[in-house]
Amino acid sequence: MKTERNGHVYIVCALVVLEFYRLLPLTVLSGNGGSLMRFFLRKTMETESSVTGGYRRRFTGFLRKCMFSVLSMGPVPNHIAFIMDGNRRYAKKRNLQLGEGHRAGFASLMWILGYCYELGVKYVTIYAFSIDNFKRRPNEVQVLMDLMLEKIDELLKEESLVRQYGIQLYFIGNLKLLSDNVREAVERAMEITAKNNKLVLLICVPYTSTDEILHAVEESCQDKLDHSQAVKQTNGSTDHCNQTSQEDHEHDIKVVDIEKRMYMAAAPDLDILIRSSGETRLSNFLLYQSDKCQLYSPAALWPELGLWHFVWAVLSYQRSYSYFEKKRKQL
Amino acid sequence: MPRHVAVIMDGSARWARRRGLPASSGHEAGVRSLKELVELCGKWGIRILTVFAFSSENWSRPKAEVEFLMGLFERVIEFELQNFSREGVRISTIGDSSRLPKSLQKLLNKAECSTKDNSRLHLVVAVSYSGKSDIAQACKSIAHRVRDGLIQLEDIDEELIEEELATSCCEFPCPDLLIRTSGELRLSNFLLWQLAYAELFFSEALWPDFGKAEFVEALRSFQQRLRRYGSRES
Repeated sequence: MKTERNGHVYIVCALVVLEFYRLLPLTVLSGNGGSLMRFFLRKTMETESSVTGGYRRRFTGFLRKCMFSVLSMGPVPNHIAFIMDGNRRYAKKRNLQLGEGHRAGFASLMWILGYCYELGVKYVTIYAFSIDNFKRRPNEVQVLMDLMLEKIDELLKEESLVRQYGIQLYFIGNLKLLSDNVREAVERAMEITAKNNKLVLLICVPYTSTDEILHAVEESCQDKLDHSQAVKQTNGSTDHCNQTSQEDHEHDIKVVDIEKRMYMAAAPDLDILIRSSGETRLSNFLLYQSDKCQLYSPAALWPELGLWHFVWAVLSYQRSYSYFEKKRKQL
Repeated sequence: MPRHVAVIMDGSARWARRRGLPASSGHEAGVRSLKELVELCGKWGIRILTVFAFSSENWSRPKAEVEFLMGLFERVIEFELQNFSREGVRISTIGDSSRLPKSLQKLLNKAECSTKDNSRLHLVVAVSYSGKSDIAQACKSIAHRVRDGLIQLEDIDEELIEEELATSCCEFPCPDLLIRTSGELRLSNFLLWQLAYAELFFSEALWPDFGKAEFVEALRSFQQRLRRYGSRES
Protein backbone atom coordinates (compact mmCIF):
# COMPACT_ATOMS: atom_id res chain seq x y z
CA MET A 1 0.00 0.00 0.00
CA LYS A 2 2.77 2.46 1.02
CA THR A 3 4.80 1.46 -2.06
CA GLU A 4 1.76 2.08 -4.25
CA ARG A 5 1.18 5.49 -2.65
CA ASN A 6 4.82 6.50 -3.12
CA GLY A 7 4.57 5.27 -6.68
CA HIS A 8 1.62 7.55 -7.31
CA VAL A 9 3.60 10.56 -5.96
CA TYR A 10 6.45 9.82 -8.37
CA ILE A 11 3.91 9.54 -11.18
CA VAL A 12 2.49 12.98 -10.38
CA CYS A 13 5.97 14.58 -10.37
CA ALA A 14 6.90 12.87 -13.61
CA LEU A 15 3.64 14.00 -15.21
CA VAL A 16 4.35 17.65 -14.31
CA VAL A 17 7.75 17.44 -16.01
CA LEU A 18 6.35 15.68 -19.06
CA GLU A 19 3.50 18.14 -19.47
CA PHE A 20 6.01 21.03 -19.32
CA TYR A 21 7.92 19.51 -22.23
CA ARG A 22 4.70 18.86 -24.16
CA LEU A 23 3.05 22.25 -23.66
CA LEU A 24 6.07 24.55 -23.95
CA PRO A 25 6.33 24.38 -27.77
CA LEU A 26 2.53 24.65 -28.16
CA THR A 27 2.35 27.86 -26.12
CA VAL A 28 5.31 29.34 -28.00
CA LEU A 29 3.79 28.48 -31.37
CA SER A 30 0.16 29.30 -30.68
CA GLY A 31 0.50 32.83 -31.94
CA ASN A 32 2.22 31.86 -35.17
CA GLY A 33 -0.59 30.24 -37.12
CA GLY A 34 -1.25 26.79 -38.46
CA SER A 35 1.87 26.13 -40.49
CA LEU A 36 4.27 26.14 -37.54
CA MET A 37 1.84 23.98 -35.54
CA ARG A 38 1.73 21.43 -38.34
CA PHE A 39 5.51 21.46 -38.57
CA PHE A 40 5.87 20.82 -34.85
CA LEU A 41 3.27 18.07 -34.79
CA ARG A 42 4.99 16.37 -37.69
CA LYS A 43 8.34 16.67 -35.97
CA THR A 44 7.13 15.16 -32.73
CA MET A 45 5.97 12.11 -34.66
CA GLU A 46 9.02 11.69 -36.88
CA THR A 47 12.47 10.62 -35.80
CA GLU A 48 14.26 13.77 -34.70
CA SER A 49 17.71 14.18 -36.12
CA SER A 50 18.91 16.93 -33.77
CA VAL A 51 20.89 15.94 -30.69
CA THR A 52 18.69 17.98 -28.33
CA GLY A 53 15.54 16.46 -29.72
CA GLY A 54 16.98 12.98 -29.28
CA TYR A 55 17.87 13.58 -25.63
CA ARG A 56 14.41 15.05 -24.96
CA ARG A 57 12.73 12.05 -26.48
CA ARG A 58 14.86 9.59 -24.57
CA PHE A 59 14.27 11.43 -21.28
CA THR A 60 10.49 11.66 -21.66
CA GLY A 61 10.40 8.06 -22.87
CA PHE A 62 12.34 6.97 -19.79
CA LEU A 63 9.99 8.88 -17.45
CA ARG A 64 6.97 7.40 -19.16
CA LYS A 65 8.34 3.85 -18.90
CA CYS A 66 8.94 4.37 -15.15
CA MET A 67 5.40 5.61 -14.68
CA PHE A 68 3.91 2.70 -16.58
CA SER A 69 6.00 0.26 -14.54
CA VAL A 70 4.44 1.68 -11.39
CA LEU A 71 0.94 1.60 -12.89
CA SER A 72 1.42 -2.00 -13.96
CA MET A 73 1.70 -2.98 -10.30
CA GLY A 74 -2.05 -2.47 -10.14
CA PRO A 75 -4.81 -3.83 -12.40
CA VAL A 76 -4.29 -2.73 -16.01
CA PRO A 77 -7.47 -2.15 -18.04
CA ASN A 78 -7.88 -4.60 -20.90
CA HIS A 79 -10.22 -2.47 -23.04
CA ILE A 80 -10.44 1.34 -23.24
CA ALA A 81 -12.76 3.33 -25.52
CA PHE A 82 -12.43 6.96 -26.59
CA ILE A 83 -14.95 9.52 -27.82
CA MET A 84 -12.60 11.87 -29.64
CA ASP A 85 -14.53 15.10 -29.17
CA GLY A 86 -13.27 18.64 -29.70
CA ASN A 87 -11.24 18.67 -32.95
CA ARG A 88 -13.32 21.42 -34.50
CA ARG A 89 -13.24 23.56 -31.37
CA TYR A 90 -9.47 23.05 -31.24
CA ALA A 91 -9.14 24.29 -34.85
CA LYS A 92 -11.32 27.33 -34.10
CA LYS A 93 -9.32 28.11 -30.94
CA ARG A 94 -6.03 28.08 -32.85
CA ASN A 95 -7.29 29.69 -36.08
CA LEU A 96 -6.72 26.54 -38.10
CA GLN A 97 -8.70 25.15 -41.00
CA LEU A 98 -11.32 22.57 -40.06
CA GLY A 99 -9.28 19.73 -41.60
CA GLU A 100 -6.23 20.74 -39.52
CA GLY A 101 -8.22 20.25 -36.34
CA HIS A 102 -9.03 16.69 -37.37
CA ARG A 103 -5.38 16.10 -38.38
CA ALA A 104 -4.25 17.31 -34.98
CA GLY A 105 -6.81 14.92 -33.55
CA PHE A 106 -5.27 12.06 -35.51
CA ALA A 107 -1.81 12.93 -34.19
CA SER A 108 -3.23 12.91 -30.67
CA LEU A 109 -4.80 9.53 -31.36
CA MET A 110 -1.42 8.06 -32.31
CA TRP A 111 0.08 9.24 -29.03
CA ILE A 112 -2.80 7.88 -26.99
CA LEU A 113 -2.70 4.53 -28.80
CA GLY A 114 1.02 4.33 -28.10
CA TYR A 115 0.40 4.94 -24.38
CA CYS A 116 -2.38 2.34 -24.28
CA TYR A 117 -0.40 -0.40 -25.94
CA GLU A 118 2.78 0.44 -24.02
CA LEU A 119 0.93 0.10 -20.72
CA GLY A 120 -0.53 -3.25 -21.76
CA VAL A 121 -4.06 -2.35 -22.82
CA LYS A 122 -4.95 -4.95 -25.43
CA TYR A 123 -8.15 -3.49 -26.93
CA VAL A 124 -8.76 0.12 -27.86
CA THR A 125 -12.02 1.33 -29.41
CA ILE A 126 -12.47 4.78 -30.92
CA TYR A 127 -15.61 6.63 -32.00
CA ALA A 128 -14.39 7.90 -35.35
CA PHE A 129 -17.72 8.76 -36.98
CA SER A 130 -21.29 8.51 -35.74
CA ILE A 131 -24.24 7.80 -38.04
CA ASP A 132 -25.64 11.05 -36.60
CA ASN A 133 -22.62 12.90 -38.03
CA PHE A 134 -24.04 12.44 -41.53
CA LYS A 135 -26.36 15.32 -40.52
CA ARG A 136 -23.38 17.70 -40.64
CA ARG A 137 -22.63 19.90 -43.63
CA PRO A 138 -21.70 17.77 -46.68
CA ASN A 139 -18.29 19.42 -47.05
CA GLU A 140 -17.35 18.55 -43.48
CA VAL A 141 -18.51 14.95 -43.98
CA GLN A 142 -16.40 14.82 -47.16
CA VAL A 143 -13.35 16.23 -45.34
CA LEU A 144 -13.73 13.52 -42.70
CA MET A 145 -14.14 10.73 -45.26
CA ASP A 146 -11.10 11.96 -47.22
CA LEU A 147 -9.09 12.16 -44.02
CA MET A 148 -10.16 8.63 -43.15
CA LEU A 149 -8.90 7.31 -46.50
CA GLU A 150 -5.60 9.14 -46.05
CA LYS A 151 -5.13 7.85 -42.51
CA ILE A 152 -6.05 4.26 -43.34
CA ASP A 153 -3.21 4.34 -45.91
CA GLU A 154 -0.84 5.78 -43.31
CA LEU A 155 -1.81 3.18 -40.73
CA LEU A 156 -0.92 0.39 -43.13
CA LYS A 157 2.53 1.74 -43.94
CA GLU A 158 5.60 -0.17 -42.79
CA GLU A 159 6.69 2.36 -40.18
CA SER A 160 3.25 2.91 -38.68
CA LEU A 161 2.01 2.04 -35.21
CA VAL A 162 -0.12 -0.76 -36.65
CA ARG A 163 2.89 -2.56 -38.05
CA GLN A 164 5.13 -1.69 -35.11
CA TYR A 165 2.75 -3.16 -32.53
CA GLY A 166 1.09 -5.85 -34.66
CA ILE A 167 -2.37 -4.32 -34.34
CA GLN A 168 -5.43 -5.96 -35.83
CA LEU A 169 -7.90 -3.42 -37.23
CA TYR A 170 -11.65 -3.84 -36.98
CA PHE A 171 -14.04 -1.34 -38.53
CA ILE A 172 -17.21 -1.47 -36.50
CA GLY A 173 -20.53 -0.13 -37.70
CA ASN A 174 -23.00 -0.08 -40.55
CA LEU A 175 -20.39 -0.22 -43.33
CA LYS A 176 -23.13 -0.21 -45.99
CA LEU A 177 -23.59 3.52 -45.28
CA LEU A 178 -20.05 4.31 -46.42
CA SER A 179 -19.28 5.31 -49.99
CA ASP A 180 -17.76 2.54 -52.13
CA ASN A 181 -14.17 3.77 -52.07
CA VAL A 182 -14.12 4.19 -48.27
CA ARG A 183 -15.78 0.81 -47.73
CA GLU A 184 -13.24 -0.89 -49.99
CA ALA A 185 -10.34 0.76 -48.15
CA VAL A 186 -11.84 -0.33 -44.83
CA GLU A 187 -12.31 -3.92 -45.95
CA ARG A 188 -8.82 -4.02 -47.37
CA ALA A 189 -7.35 -2.74 -44.09
CA MET A 190 -9.19 -5.42 -42.13
CA GLU A 191 -7.99 -8.10 -44.52
CA ILE A 192 -4.35 -6.98 -44.40
CA THR A 193 -4.27 -6.86 -40.59
CA ALA A 194 -6.39 -9.96 -39.98
CA LYS A 195 -3.38 -12.06 -39.05
CA ASN A 196 -2.10 -9.59 -36.44
CA ASN A 197 -2.92 -10.99 -33.06
CA LYS A 198 -1.14 -8.98 -30.38
CA LEU A 199 -3.33 -5.91 -30.07
CA VAL A 200 -6.69 -4.76 -31.42
CA LEU A 201 -7.94 -1.37 -32.58
CA LEU A 202 -11.68 -1.11 -33.15
CA ILE A 203 -12.65 1.92 -35.22
CA CYS A 204 -16.35 2.72 -35.02
CA VAL A 205 -17.43 4.15 -38.35
CA PRO A 206 -20.25 4.84 -39.08
CA TYR A 207 -21.68 3.70 -35.82
CA THR A 208 -24.37 4.22 -33.26
CA SER A 209 -25.16 1.86 -30.44
CA THR A 210 -28.87 1.80 -31.22
CA ASP A 211 -28.06 0.82 -34.81
CA GLU A 212 -25.78 -1.92 -33.50
CA ILE A 213 -28.55 -3.25 -31.24
CA LEU A 214 -31.07 -3.01 -34.10
CA HIS A 215 -28.74 -5.04 -36.31
CA ALA A 216 -28.33 -7.66 -33.56
CA VAL A 217 -32.13 -7.82 -33.07
CA GLU A 218 -32.71 -8.22 -36.82
CA GLU A 219 -30.18 -11.02 -37.06
CA SER A 220 -31.58 -12.75 -33.96
CA CYS A 221 -35.09 -12.57 -35.43
CA GLN A 222 -33.86 -13.85 -38.78
CA ASP A 223 -32.11 -16.79 -37.10
CA LYS A 224 -35.20 -17.57 -35.06
CA LEU A 225 -37.38 -17.47 -38.19
CA ASP A 226 -34.96 -19.74 -40.04
CA HIS A 227 -34.94 -22.14 -37.10
CA SER A 228 -38.77 -22.20 -36.88
CA GLN A 229 -39.01 -22.95 -40.59
CA ALA A 230 -36.43 -25.71 -40.31
CA VAL A 231 -38.34 -27.30 -37.41
CA LYS A 232 -41.59 -27.04 -39.39
CA GLN A 233 -40.03 -28.82 -42.36
CA THR A 234 -38.44 -31.54 -40.22
CA ASN A 235 -41.47 -32.34 -38.07
CA GLY A 236 -44.29 -31.96 -40.53
CA SER A 237 -47.50 -29.96 -40.10
CA THR A 238 -49.42 -32.27 -37.71
CA ASP A 239 -46.85 -32.03 -34.91
CA HIS A 240 -45.91 -28.49 -35.76
CA CYS A 241 -47.97 -26.64 -33.13
CA ASN A 242 -46.82 -28.68 -30.13
CA GLN A 243 -43.24 -28.83 -31.31
CA THR A 244 -43.10 -25.13 -32.06
CA SER A 245 -44.17 -24.03 -28.60
CA GLN A 246 -41.75 -26.43 -26.90
CA GLU A 247 -38.87 -25.55 -29.18
CA ASP A 248 -39.70 -21.87 -28.86
CA HIS A 249 -39.37 -22.02 -25.11
CA GLU A 250 -35.97 -23.68 -25.34
CA HIS A 251 -34.77 -21.34 -28.09
CA ASP A 252 -36.26 -18.09 -26.84
CA ILE A 253 -33.95 -15.15 -27.42
CA LYS A 254 -31.67 -14.51 -24.46
CA VAL A 255 -29.18 -11.77 -23.65
CA VAL A 256 -26.30 -13.93 -24.92
CA ASP A 257 -28.02 -14.34 -28.32
CA ILE A 258 -28.08 -10.60 -28.86
CA GLU A 259 -24.55 -10.11 -27.53
CA LYS A 260 -22.97 -12.55 -29.94
CA ARG A 261 -24.54 -10.69 -32.87
CA MET A 262 -23.30 -7.25 -31.83
CA TYR A 263 -20.61 -5.64 -33.98
CA MET A 264 -18.58 -5.27 -30.76
CA ALA A 265 -18.66 -9.00 -30.01
CA ALA A 266 -15.03 -9.01 -31.20
CA ALA A 267 -13.98 -7.19 -28.02
CA PRO A 268 -14.22 -8.08 -24.32
CA ASP A 269 -16.05 -6.02 -21.68
CA LEU A 270 -15.21 -2.34 -21.65
CA ASP A 271 -13.15 -1.14 -18.66
CA ILE A 272 -12.89 2.61 -19.23
CA LEU A 273 -14.76 5.01 -21.53
CA ILE A 274 -13.08 8.39 -21.98
CA ARG A 275 -14.76 11.37 -23.64
CA SER A 276 -12.66 14.47 -24.23
CA SER A 277 -13.78 18.12 -24.31
CA GLY A 278 -15.67 17.94 -21.03
CA GLU A 279 -19.00 16.80 -22.45
CA THR A 280 -20.56 14.19 -20.18
CA ARG A 281 -22.78 12.11 -22.41
CA LEU A 282 -22.39 8.94 -24.43
CA SER A 283 -23.84 10.23 -27.72
CA ASN A 284 -25.09 6.78 -28.65
CA PHE A 285 -21.68 5.14 -28.26
CA LEU A 286 -21.24 1.68 -26.73
CA LEU A 287 -24.41 2.02 -24.63
CA TYR A 288 -24.76 -1.74 -24.25
CA GLN A 289 -21.08 -2.28 -23.44
CA SER A 290 -20.69 0.58 -20.95
CA ASP A 291 -22.99 -0.86 -18.30
CA LYS A 292 -20.18 -1.51 -15.82
CA CYS A 293 -17.24 0.51 -17.14
CA GLN A 294 -15.56 3.52 -15.55
CA LEU A 295 -16.50 6.82 -17.21
CA TYR A 296 -14.10 9.75 -17.44
CA SER A 297 -14.63 13.10 -19.13
CA PRO A 298 -11.64 15.44 -18.94
CA ALA A 299 -12.18 19.04 -20.06
CA ALA A 300 -9.29 18.90 -22.56
CA LEU A 301 -10.20 18.95 -26.24
CA TRP A 302 -9.19 15.78 -28.05
CA PRO A 303 -5.96 17.13 -29.65
CA GLU A 304 -4.96 18.42 -26.19
CA LEU A 305 -5.46 15.10 -24.44
CA GLY A 306 -2.14 13.96 -23.05
CA LEU A 307 -0.34 11.47 -20.88
CA TRP A 308 -1.62 13.21 -17.76
CA HIS A 309 -5.24 12.48 -18.65
CA PHE A 310 -4.48 8.93 -19.66
CA VAL A 311 -2.66 8.16 -16.42
CA TRP A 312 -5.42 9.85 -14.39
CA ALA A 313 -8.05 7.68 -16.09
CA VAL A 314 -6.08 4.54 -15.30
CA LEU A 315 -5.51 5.62 -11.68
CA SER A 316 -9.28 6.25 -11.22
CA TYR A 317 -9.98 2.85 -12.72
CA GLN A 318 -7.52 1.22 -10.33
CA ARG A 319 -9.06 3.01 -7.32
CA SER A 320 -12.59 1.85 -8.23
CA TYR A 321 -11.34 -1.61 -9.11
CA SER A 322 -10.16 -2.22 -5.52
CA TYR A 323 -13.51 -1.00 -4.16
CA PHE A 324 -15.51 -3.26 -6.45
CA GLU A 325 -13.26 -6.24 -5.82
CA LYS A 326 -13.76 -5.74 -2.07
CA LYS A 327 -17.54 -5.47 -2.57
CA ARG A 328 -17.55 -8.59 -4.70
CA LYS A 329 -15.66 -10.56 -2.02
CA GLN A 330 -18.14 -9.42 0.64
CA LEU A 331 -21.04 -11.01 -1.29
CA MET B 1 -35.89 22.16 -17.60
CA PRO B 2 -35.39 18.51 -18.52
CA ARG B 3 -38.62 16.68 -19.24
CA HIS B 4 -37.36 13.37 -17.90
CA VAL B 5 -34.81 12.97 -15.11
CA ALA B 6 -33.35 9.59 -14.15
CA VAL B 7 -31.51 8.95 -10.90
CA ILE B 8 -29.21 6.17 -9.73
CA MET B 9 -29.71 6.42 -5.97
CA ASP B 10 -26.31 5.21 -4.85
CA GLY B 11 -24.57 5.51 -1.50
CA SER B 12 -27.17 4.74 1.16
CA ALA B 13 -25.23 1.81 2.64
CA ARG B 14 -21.98 3.83 2.63
CA TRP B 15 -23.79 6.74 4.33
CA ALA B 16 -24.90 4.39 7.12
CA ARG B 17 -21.45 2.80 7.46
CA ARG B 18 -19.80 6.21 7.89
CA ARG B 19 -22.15 6.92 10.80
CA GLY B 20 -21.70 3.49 12.36
CA LEU B 21 -25.32 2.64 11.57
CA PRO B 22 -26.76 -0.51 9.96
CA ALA B 23 -27.41 -0.42 6.18
CA SER B 24 -31.17 -0.33 6.87
CA SER B 25 -30.82 3.17 8.39
CA GLY B 26 -29.11 4.31 5.22
CA HIS B 27 -31.96 3.02 3.07
CA GLU B 28 -34.55 4.69 5.28
CA ALA B 29 -32.66 7.97 5.03
CA GLY B 30 -32.62 7.41 1.26
CA VAL B 31 -36.42 7.25 1.20
CA ARG B 32 -36.53 10.75 2.68
CA SER B 33 -34.27 12.03 -0.12
CA LEU B 34 -36.54 10.41 -2.69
CA LYS B 35 -39.64 12.02 -1.22
CA GLU B 36 -37.97 15.42 -1.38
CA LEU B 37 -36.91 14.85 -4.99
CA VAL B 38 -40.43 13.77 -6.01
CA GLU B 39 -41.80 16.97 -4.46
CA LEU B 40 -39.25 19.17 -6.21
CA CYS B 41 -39.82 17.52 -9.60
CA GLY B 42 -43.57 18.01 -9.27
CA LYS B 43 -43.10 21.65 -8.26
CA TRP B 44 -40.61 22.48 -11.03
CA GLY B 45 -42.48 20.96 -13.93
CA ILE B 46 -40.36 17.89 -14.57
CA ARG B 47 -42.71 15.41 -16.17
CA ILE B 48 -41.02 12.08 -15.52
CA LEU B 49 -38.70 10.91 -12.75
CA THR B 50 -37.19 7.44 -13.10
CA VAL B 51 -35.33 6.06 -10.11
CA PHE B 52 -33.09 3.01 -9.93
CA ALA B 53 -34.33 1.45 -6.71
CA PHE B 54 -33.06 -2.12 -7.11
CA SER B 55 -31.02 -3.66 -9.90
CA SER B 56 -30.98 -7.29 -11.01
CA GLU B 57 -27.39 -7.46 -9.67
CA ASN B 58 -28.62 -6.41 -6.22
CA TRP B 59 -30.25 -9.82 -5.72
CA SER B 60 -26.78 -11.09 -4.82
CA ARG B 61 -26.60 -8.79 -1.78
CA PRO B 62 -26.94 -10.39 1.69
CA LYS B 63 -30.37 -11.99 2.11
CA ALA B 64 -31.19 -9.89 5.17
CA GLU B 65 -30.54 -6.64 3.29
CA VAL B 66 -32.64 -7.75 0.30
CA GLU B 67 -35.53 -8.75 2.57
CA PHE B 68 -35.31 -5.45 4.38
CA LEU B 69 -35.39 -3.56 1.08
CA MET B 70 -38.44 -5.49 -0.16
CA GLY B 71 -40.18 -4.74 3.11
CA LEU B 72 -39.18 -1.09 2.89
CA PHE B 73 -40.59 -0.76 -0.65
CA GLU B 74 -43.90 -2.21 0.54
CA ARG B 75 -44.13 0.05 3.57
CA VAL B 76 -43.25 3.19 1.63
CA ILE B 77 -45.62 2.56 -1.28
CA GLU B 78 -48.50 1.62 1.04
CA PHE B 79 -47.89 4.72 3.11
CA GLU B 80 -47.46 7.11 0.19
CA LEU B 81 -50.30 5.87 -2.01
CA GLN B 82 -52.75 8.46 -0.75
CA ASN B 83 -50.15 11.23 -1.11
CA PHE B 84 -49.53 10.19 -4.70
CA SER B 85 -53.20 10.59 -5.54
CA ARG B 86 -53.40 13.92 -3.78
CA GLU B 87 -50.29 15.29 -5.49
CA GLY B 88 -51.12 13.95 -8.94
CA VAL B 89 -48.22 11.46 -9.04
CA ARG B 90 -48.59 8.48 -11.31
CA ILE B 91 -46.48 5.51 -10.32
CA SER B 92 -45.16 2.78 -12.65
CA THR B 93 -42.60 0.07 -12.15
CA ILE B 94 -40.14 -1.40 -14.63
CA GLY B 95 -38.08 -4.54 -14.20
CA ASP B 96 -38.55 -8.25 -13.68
CA SER B 97 -41.37 -8.21 -11.13
CA SER B 98 -41.61 -12.03 -11.11
CA ARG B 99 -38.69 -12.15 -8.65
CA LEU B 100 -40.39 -9.83 -6.16
CA PRO B 101 -42.40 -11.13 -3.19
CA LYS B 102 -46.04 -11.78 -4.17
CA SER B 103 -47.33 -9.19 -1.69
CA LEU B 104 -45.12 -6.50 -3.23
CA GLN B 105 -46.18 -7.48 -6.75
CA LYS B 106 -49.84 -7.13 -5.73
CA LEU B 107 -49.21 -3.78 -4.09
CA LEU B 108 -47.32 -2.43 -7.11
CA ASN B 109 -50.15 -3.48 -9.43
CA LYS B 110 -52.66 -1.79 -7.15
CA ALA B 111 -50.53 1.37 -7.03
CA GLU B 112 -50.16 1.47 -10.82
CA CYS B 113 -53.89 1.03 -11.38
CA SER B 114 -55.02 3.52 -8.79
CA THR B 115 -52.64 6.25 -9.98
CA LYS B 116 -52.76 5.73 -13.75
CA ASP B 117 -54.85 8.82 -14.38
CA ASN B 118 -52.62 11.15 -12.38
CA SER B 119 -50.74 13.51 -14.63
CA ARG B 120 -48.62 15.98 -12.65
CA LEU B 121 -45.55 13.75 -12.35
CA HIS B 122 -44.86 10.25 -13.58
CA LEU B 123 -42.66 8.39 -11.09
CA VAL B 124 -41.10 5.30 -12.65
CA VAL B 125 -39.46 2.95 -10.18
CA ALA B 126 -36.94 0.49 -11.58
CA VAL B 127 -37.03 -2.60 -9.36
CA SER B 128 -35.20 -5.82 -10.24
CA TYR B 129 -34.24 -4.00 -13.44
CA SER B 130 -31.43 -4.67 -15.91
CA GLY B 131 -30.86 -2.53 -19.00
CA LYS B 132 -29.49 -5.52 -20.90
CA SER B 133 -32.47 -7.71 -20.00
CA ASP B 134 -34.81 -4.90 -21.02
CA ILE B 135 -33.27 -4.92 -24.49
CA ALA B 136 -33.37 -8.74 -24.62
CA GLN B 137 -37.07 -8.89 -23.72
CA ALA B 138 -37.83 -6.24 -26.37
CA CYS B 139 -36.00 -8.38 -28.91
CA LYS B 140 -37.89 -11.50 -27.78
CA SER B 141 -41.19 -9.72 -28.10
CA ILE B 142 -40.34 -8.48 -31.61
CA ALA B 143 -39.21 -11.97 -32.65
CA HIS B 144 -42.54 -13.43 -31.51
CA ARG B 145 -44.42 -10.82 -33.52
CA VAL B 146 -42.37 -11.61 -36.61
CA ARG B 147 -42.92 -15.36 -36.07
CA ASP B 148 -46.68 -14.81 -35.73
CA GLY B 149 -46.76 -12.76 -38.92
CA LEU B 150 -47.89 -9.58 -37.11
CA ILE B 151 -44.91 -7.66 -38.49
CA GLN B 152 -42.32 -8.29 -41.21
CA LEU B 153 -38.58 -8.43 -40.62
CA GLU B 154 -38.21 -5.22 -42.66
CA ASP B 155 -40.56 -3.41 -40.25
CA ILE B 156 -38.05 -3.68 -37.40
CA ASP B 157 -36.47 -0.31 -36.72
CA GLU B 158 -35.18 1.65 -33.73
CA GLU B 159 -38.62 3.09 -32.99
CA LEU B 160 -40.12 -0.37 -32.80
CA ILE B 161 -37.45 -1.52 -30.35
CA GLU B 162 -38.06 1.57 -28.21
CA GLU B 163 -41.78 0.79 -28.13
CA GLU B 164 -41.05 -2.68 -26.79
CA LEU B 165 -38.76 -1.51 -23.98
CA ALA B 166 -40.15 -1.32 -20.45
CA THR B 167 -40.04 2.49 -20.59
CA SER B 168 -42.72 2.61 -23.29
CA CYS B 169 -45.16 3.34 -20.45
CA CYS B 170 -43.67 6.85 -20.37
CA GLU B 171 -44.62 9.78 -22.56
CA PHE B 172 -40.87 10.53 -23.04
CA PRO B 173 -39.03 7.26 -22.54
CA CYS B 174 -35.52 8.68 -22.87
CA PRO B 175 -34.13 10.70 -19.97
CA ASP B 176 -32.69 14.14 -20.70
CA LEU B 177 -30.59 14.05 -17.55
CA LEU B 178 -29.15 11.16 -15.56
CA ILE B 179 -27.91 11.84 -12.03
CA ARG B 180 -25.78 9.35 -10.17
CA THR B 181 -24.88 10.01 -6.57
CA SER B 182 -21.96 8.85 -4.41
CA GLY B 183 -19.27 9.84 -6.89
CA GLU B 184 -19.24 6.54 -8.79
CA LEU B 185 -18.74 7.12 -12.53
CA ARG B 186 -20.72 4.20 -13.95
CA LEU B 187 -24.14 3.39 -15.42
CA SER B 188 -24.42 0.00 -13.68
CA ASN B 189 -26.75 -1.59 -16.26
CA PHE B 190 -29.43 1.12 -16.00
CA LEU B 191 -31.49 2.25 -19.01
CA LEU B 192 -28.73 1.51 -21.50
CA TRP B 193 -30.68 2.16 -24.72
CA GLN B 194 -32.59 5.08 -23.28
CA LEU B 195 -29.46 6.98 -22.17
CA ALA B 196 -28.11 7.41 -25.72
CA TYR B 197 -28.25 11.22 -25.62
CA ALA B 198 -28.83 11.89 -21.94
CA GLU B 199 -26.60 14.39 -20.17
CA LEU B 200 -24.83 12.60 -17.33
CA PHE B 201 -24.24 14.30 -14.00
CA PHE B 202 -22.19 12.66 -11.29
CA SER B 203 -22.70 14.02 -7.80
CA GLU B 204 -20.19 13.34 -5.02
CA ALA B 205 -22.98 13.41 -2.42
CA LEU B 206 -24.21 10.10 -1.06
CA TRP B 207 -27.89 9.51 -1.81
CA PRO B 208 -29.26 10.35 1.68
CA ASP B 209 -27.33 13.66 1.49
CA PHE B 210 -28.70 14.54 -1.97
CA GLY B 211 -31.11 17.39 -1.42
CA LYS B 212 -32.42 20.55 -3.04
CA ALA B 213 -29.00 22.21 -3.36
CA GLU B 214 -27.47 19.21 -5.08
CA PHE B 215 -30.46 18.85 -7.41
CA VAL B 216 -30.24 22.54 -8.35
CA GLU B 217 -26.53 22.05 -9.14
CA ALA B 218 -27.39 19.14 -11.44
CA LEU B 219 -30.12 21.13 -13.20
CA ARG B 220 -27.83 24.16 -13.64
CA SER B 221 -25.18 21.93 -15.17
CA PHE B 222 -27.80 20.49 -17.53
CA GLN B 223 -28.99 23.93 -18.59
CA GLN B 224 -25.46 25.03 -19.47
CA ARG B 225 -24.84 22.14 -21.80
CA LEU B 226 -25.16 22.38 -25.56
CA ARG B 227 -26.89 19.31 -26.95
CA ARG B 228 -25.95 18.72 -30.60
CA TYR B 229 -27.10 15.11 -31.24
CA GLY B 230 -24.17 14.53 -33.61
CA SER B 231 -24.69 17.55 -35.83
CA ARG B 232 -23.15 21.02 -35.49
CA GLU B 233 -24.66 24.10 -33.93
CA SER B 234 -25.33 26.66 -36.68
